[in-house]
Amino acid sequence: MSGHLFALVSALVMLVFMVELLRRRRLREKYAALWIAVAFFVMVGVIFPHMLEGLASLVGVTLPVNLVFAGALLLLLLVCIQLSAELSTSEAESQTLAEEVALLRNRVERLERSAGDEPRPPVVDPGAGHPPG
Amino acid sequence: MPSPSDLRVLVVLPAWNEAGSLPAVLTELREHLPQVGVLVVNDGSTDATSAVARAHGVDVLDLPFNVGVGGAMRAGFRYAIVNGYDAVVQVDADGQHDPRDVPRLVSGLDGADIVIGARFADVGDYRVRGPRWWAMSVLSRVLSRMAGARLTDTTSGFRASGPRAVRTFAVRYPAEYLGDTIESLVIAVREGLTVTQVGVAMRERSAGQPSHRPWKAAVYLLRACLALLIALTRSRQAPVEAVTA
Repeated sequence: MSGHLFALVSALVMLVFMVELLRRRRLREKYAALWIAVAFFVMVGVIFPHMLEGLASLVGVTLPVNLVFAGALLLLLLVCIQLSAELSTSEAESQTLAEEVALLRNRVERLERSAGDEPRPPVVDPGAGHPPG
Repeated sequence: MPSPSDLRVLVVLPAWNEAGSLPAVLTELREHLPQVGVLVVNDGSTDATSAVARAHGVDVLDLPFNVGVGGAMRAGFRYAIVNGYDAVVQVDADGQHDPRDVPRLVSGLDGADIVIGARFADVGDYRVRGPRWWAMSVLSRVLSRMAGARLTDTTSGFRASGPRAVRTFAVRYPAEYLGDTIESLVIAVREGLTVTQVGVAMRERSAGQPSHRPWKAAVYLLRACLALLIALTRSRQAPVEAVTA
């Protein structure tokens, strides 16, 4: 099997996999878009190898394959940063929700008490406690 | 502005697994401050913290998981607003803050929006050394200059917030690590709130151990300085009055 064919098949498989994940709503579009773009550019590079060589000499990289490696590293770094940012947003949101839940639970208990019930403390999960930060 | 004696005061105790020390603190609060409201914010404890607080007949907020002091206090500030309290006093649930100092903090709200109970203001014999002390003194110097007042203990968790501060913090209290002490002061000063301090004596914790390991202190120093730098470079946000209106 030639290297070109292998790269082409890999890119195609990845493209199909991404579209399928999107179709099943397992992946949100904002995360999938990047990988679809990567698969697309890999395919373009496979079909027109001279484009990569031209690009390498344009930015001053002697071996075109090194441009691919450097690009891949940079891309992975950016994806990691994006995921950290999304995770931070998600943590802040769940924290705000936790505070809201606590305030609402307090309110429900007041209402229960005024209705004559005696509210009990919540059931605790022994595995849930972990210090943040 | 109402005088401190007219303020409805809420004492907020953020508590994470403090079932051991909470009864003594709550009993003392009842004894010395029968007229103030008391709220225990159970920060995802895995022990009987919530049950202990309920047994003492105080209000309890149960957070479903641990969110840290900043998140617990933000919930406390919002509770204060919803229930018509004017001032919030944060007191540690581990018993190192003396409830008898609370009235002194509250009376300080006469001339300032935030009053810090400072451990180094020539009262008591609280001492720290090494990196932790360097961190605290750098933080104190920078924040003193910003606030235009002498603040010797900016990492103290013993503090009173007046009506304007409560309104600001209910919307904008940082839930980051160390945000409850350092960044909250930066936010307050930028909102035009005034900060002052009152000397208090610290007591030994009635349960649990303070952390005094050197590497922990070093990590604390780095994180504290990072927190301060980030807070200072952050751009100003719209004033809270505009947000809530």
